[in-house]
Amino acid sequence: MLELDRVTKSFGSHTVLHPTTLTFAEGTTTVLIGPSGCGKSTLLRIMIGLIQPDSGSVRFQGEVFSAANQLEMRHRIGYVIQDGGLFPHLSAFDNVGLLARYLGRDIEWIRRRIDELTELVRLPREALSRFPAQLSGGQRQRLGIMRALMLDPPLVLLDEPMGALDPLVRFDLQNDLREIFRTLHKTVVLVTHDMGEAGFFGDEVLLLGGGKIVQRGTLKSLLDSPADDFVTRFIQAQRLPGHAS
Amino acid sequence: MRYPVILTILLVQSAFSVSQCWSAEQPVVRVGSKAFTESVVLGEIIEHLISDGGGKPQHLAELGGTQVCWKALLAGDIDCYVEYTGTIQQEILIGESIRGDESMREALAKRNIVMSRHLGFNNTYALGMPEDVAEKWKIRTISDLAACPELPRLKMRFSDEFLERADGWRGLRKEYDLPEVAERGIDHSLAYRGLQTGSHQVTDVFTTDAEIRLYHIRVLEDDRGYFPLYNAVMLTRADLAERAPKVAESLMRLEHKVDNATMIDLNAKSKLDRIDESRIAAEYLRDKLNLDVKLAGDGHTSRLRTIVFRMLDNLRQHLLLVVISLAAAIIVAVPLGVIAYCRPRLGRIILNTVGIVQTLPAMAVLVFTIPILGLGPMPAIFALFLYSLLPIVRNTYTGLSSIPENLKESAIVLGLSGSARLRLVELPLASTSILAGIRTAAVINVGTATIGALVGAGGFGQPILTGIRLDDFSLILQGAIPAAMLAVGVQAAFGLAERWVVPAGLRIKA
Repeated sequence: MLELDRVTKSFGSHTVLHPTTLTFAEGTTTVLIGPSGCGKSTLLRIMIGLIQPDSGSVRFQGEVFSAANQLEMRHRIGYVIQDGGLFPHLSAFDNVGLLARYLGRDIEWIRRRIDELTELVRLPREALSRFPAQLSGGQRQRLGIMRALMLDPPLVLLDEPMGALDPLVRFDLQNDLREIFRTLHKTVVLVTHDMGEAGFFGDEVLLLGGGKIVQRGTLKSLLDSPADDFVTRFIQAQRLPGHAS
Repeated sequence: MRYPVILTILLVQSAFSVSQCWSAEQPVVRVGSKAFTESVVLGEIIEHLISDGGGKPQHLAELGGTQVCWKALLAGDIDCYVEYTGTIQQEILIGESIRGDESMREALAKRNIVMSRHLGFNNTYALGMPEDVAEKWKIRTISDLAACPELPRLKMRFSDEFLERADGWRGLRKEYDLPEVAERGIDHSLAYRGLQTGSHQVTDVFTTDAEIRLYHIRVLEDDRGYFPLYNAVMLTRADLAERAPKVAESLMRLEHKVDNATMIDLNAKSKLDRIDESRIAAEYLRDKLNLDVKLAGDGHTSRLRTIVFRMLDNLRQHLLLVVISLAAAIIVAVPLGVIAYCRPRLGRIILNTVGIVQTLPAMAVLVFTIPILGLGPMPAIFALFLYSLLPIVRNTYTGLSSIPENLKESAIVLGLSGSARLRLVELPLASTSILAGIRTAAVINVGTATIGALVGAGGFGQPILTGIRLDDFSLILQGAIPAAMLAVGVQAAFGLAERWVVPAGLRIKA
């Protein structure tokens, strides 16, 4: 469904991503994890064309990303960033419906779809008419997810979506989000630096370090048979629930 | 959607007033004058002479100086005005070797400008003394003064300009072997009062100053011919003789008809007696040329009504300048700001260019544009347009550039095209900043539009200019107060405009 073929990226003399080849299977949830600057965000941004790779290619649903098709490709990919990235000048409703309206979708269709999504992400209905500045952090993030899901994309990318939330709100949202992805059978790639979140969401965890994939597998396999010292140190540096040391 | 309506009204009105001039069968003949009383009075006299020659006169009064008048004359925006030979030599025919009036006349003829013979007065520097003191020591000429045994006890004070100018005091002192004086200058009008109170006995004067009559001053004859001659002459476009031969003929009746004493008297009637220039001109023509001139609108309207009507007229002209120049600036500057944002390298050039444009002196812009745009509102609108660019371009650019990175990316990852991002996300987010730029431009514009008076565009600059010329403070206020109020009004109007330009979500205080 999503394939990266020998993708590389450098900023100046600094190599952020060494040649990386990756495949993401349909319906799976993969978590990209690693310390700051390991290249996980860069990798995610390459997947949606926010960053052009220096070499290599990205193939989505059999099509290679190019300048000509990237707008249309992005319509088939949902993207969620920290704090939702909502536009402050638009109401919650208009934020979610912006793209659909731009693409000329029927307003009735938009209304029905937003109704469904409101229920799905468990957003209070009255929040729809408010502006982002009038909403809580959790509500903004739920709207960000609604916006990503609006056109029912097969692939959803999330860049540290819970980063700005306090623990209780995050806990609820994590539960809801996993539920949503399972029911909708989406292909999901999620970036986090939180090991607990990685284990909670990921069918598979992909640990990056220094612009390279260090290990890929289930969280259990990373815990039980770490590929090298770095994996052990990274895992031990995290205080996992039930693994208090 | 009020603006387009107002704009249309203004345009139609101004178009109408122009067409009025042309609809008559009489040839329209325009006379210009500079922003000082002597020039305005002569302009009024010429206006009556045009009428008498069967032309339809138009007086573009109080234009902003020699260059404005000269360029307007060349461009055909005015047909004639009164100039001084000294000025023609030093400011118009710069760098040409002119020896005497005939070679000046030839040089002007090459530019299709006809120079009349002298009108009769010579408005140049001179030394003045109180009549009684001069009489007591029998001083008639500057040589008399230099030879006067009383000289060491006569105090001399001069204006700053006279002290500094090459053709002023320094040269004069050498020429006549006069003693040192205090190098500290004095204000021209204070110098006159000082003569009266006796704080000094000699000062520099202009030979047609109204104060010469008021303070009984004897103007000492420049017997060695040191001071350059500033003989008044009329400059006329050569084509006037074909277009309106009778008018051209009528104008020449002023030759040798205005001597220094007459000009002093005319100046005094305006500056000291506060008589309306049109009336002064009419009386002069009746006495000197036996011309019966009818004065329009005499005593029919009350003073208050005149003031109100004039103010409304000024308001209309002022708004015309501000609204059109601002509208044009918005149409050009917002896209320029967007380009500057989208193309950083080109953007630097754009921002630097509009920055430089901002530093151009208004007078220079006006003078340079007269040959293309003529006199009236156009050059002023163009200048105001230029000055409005910087705040709008800059604020558009800054507003777009300061949009948080995550919002820009949000719009990209949604799959919106570049133009859709600009229209749906970036411009709305920058609207507060853009509107603030437009507001700044508008307020600056209202103030700067007073320069319109310098090129005959009217507006609130007109009463200010006349007020300065006549030392009439109340007249200055008639321009300054409404202009200030208009600026405040514009501020307030933009406060309201924010409600429908800036999206509601951006006005929420989180």
